[in-house]
Amino acid sequence: MTSTYAVLSEGLEKRFGAVHALRGLELAVPEGSVCGLLGPNGAGKTTAIRVLTTLLAPDAGSARVAGHDLMREPREVRRHIGVTGQYASVDGDLTGAENLRLFARLLRAPRSRAAELLERFGLAAVADRPAHTYSGGMRRRLDLAASLIARPRVLFLDEPTTGLDPHSRNEIWDCVRELTGHGTTVVLTTQYLEEADQLADDIVLIDEGRAAHRGTPAELKAAIGNYAQAVVADAAALPAAAAVLDRLTGTEPVLDVERRTAAAITLDATLTLPRLVRELDAAGVPLVDAGLRPPTLDEVFLRLTARKETAAA
Amino acid sequence: MSTLAYDTSAVLGRHLQRLRHASAIAVMTHTMPVVFLLFFGYVFGSALAMPGTEYRAFLVPGLLVATAANGIMNGMFGAAQDSHRGVMDRFRTLPMSRASVPLGQAAADLLTTAAGLIPLLLVGYAMGWRIEGTPLQALGAFGLLLLFRFATTCVGILLGLASRSEEAAGQLGGATFMLPLLSNAYIPTDNLPGWLRTVAEWNPISAVTTAVRDLFGNAPVPEGAAWPVTHPVLGSTLWCAALIATFLPWAIHHYAKQG
Repeated sequence: MTSTYAVLSEGLEKRFGAVHALRGLELAVPEGSVCGLLGPNGAGKTTAIRVLTTLLAPDAGSARVAGHDLMREPREVRRHIGVTGQYASVDGDLTGAENLRLFARLLRAPRSRAAELLERFGLAAVADRPAHTYSGGMRRRLDLAASLIARPRVLFLDEPTTGLDPHSRNEIWDCVRELTGHGTTVVLTTQYLEEADQLADDIVLIDEGRAAHRGTPAELKAAIGNYAQAVVADAAALPAAAAVLDRLTGTEPVLDVERRTAAAITLDATLTLPRLVRELDAAGVPLVDAGLRPPTLDEVFLRLTARKETAAA
Repeated sequence: MSTLAYDTSAVLGRHLQRLRHASAIAVMTHTMPVVFLLFFGYVFGSALAMPGTEYRAFLVPGLLVATAANGIMNGMFGAAQDSHRGVMDRFRTLPMSRASVPLGQAAADLLTTAAGLIPLLLVGYAMGWRIEGTPLQALGAFGLLLLFRFATTCVGILLGLASRSEEAAGQLGGATFMLPLLSNAYIPTDNLPGWLRTVAEWNPISAVTTAVRDLFGNAPVPEGAAWPVTHPVLGSTLWCAALIATFLPWAIHHYAKQG
């Protein structure tokens, strides 16, 4: 049963002094899938990755990674994982080629593997330049190449595109898609909801060191419904638009005066766009644009954690 | 080849490659002891009661040992840099021998130190210093210098791994420059006030310096000093063994421990 999961963790706990970074984290990542760990800074994402990659010993709990027990067989785990993150990096004083040849040697991979990866990640032209002279995107591609030397079964990416420009970010995304196309399991953390939406099969919202919510991107969106939205010609008409939205959705609309927009969440599947437009028009709202759209993952996250706060209060 | 030897040689190769890219820094590191030798030899040598030529022959072994003691500083810089720039965590996620990372660094350091002693020996020779013992004794002196370098590097690697930041390691490492000043490397300890003399003579640098002077035949073993200095070869070998036995396993453990 465990063999069908590339990562399976139970009750992982980790404390740093007064900070309780992981509070019983449970993860089950099927082989060949992409799991996105999503959460704000300090939610425990990086600690989770550091524990699962044998860099940190958990205080309690257990985990199996690539079929091996994290605590009892860390060396076997290390044989089957690749890690890319702010911390697991390359040697900036060595050239790209020297770095990959070093890791190839340490992993008993053929020397040709380094050249092959440099080529594949578009680094062949800069292979003999010190890595510290690379651009952010090149450096991240080199990190990724370094973690792929041994063809890992499970690849851990900790915020793989943080700080990258959109072009470089898309390149990294393409690399990850290509890998998962070949059956590699990927566990990635991100603060970018779009990134999880783009790459992940399953998303786990991490909040205060535990999995607060999990599901496919579509399931998470469905869980909080659609946004009914109206854009008006004159900000003075916003209250009228808001009144209509309130009546139709039963939730209090959010007003954006600058964009002359009112929006409200609805779980009502019978609310259609023609009805929305008719009702707004009937109320004399000078409508410029209207729509029913799925929420972004940003909105999902804000809403799901806000719910928790309300429940706690 | 065993995993440990294979991984250590890979890490050693990495350090030598780094050195090639930073050759300017390497040249500076090896020039400093030569500058000190000239500076101390002619500035202090002119002011001390000892005749200048005699002082310079006394000083050369002292500077060789002080240079070997720089293993603390170099070991610290290297280990602190690696642990705060992310490459060490990548090593930790690889299925490689845990001891190979500290050992590879120390091995690379030994090779560069051996090469770095050559200019110091040449300048010393030009200043009038000679090897006056037997070739076997001279070989023993070089062996002891490298053994001491290895021991101090182990201390440095542990301190570097334990450091909070590269800057902290830099400051503490710079302060180790003081250690040879509190020994008989640059001056005889006979005229120091009682307590300071005791501190200086129990400084491992004093035992090693006395042994190297003795083996090169540059100066007699002083009488009435602390035990490691009056039994310099045995004393310094024991010092090295104790430092290595304590700090090498400690450094490996510190590197290997999770979190």
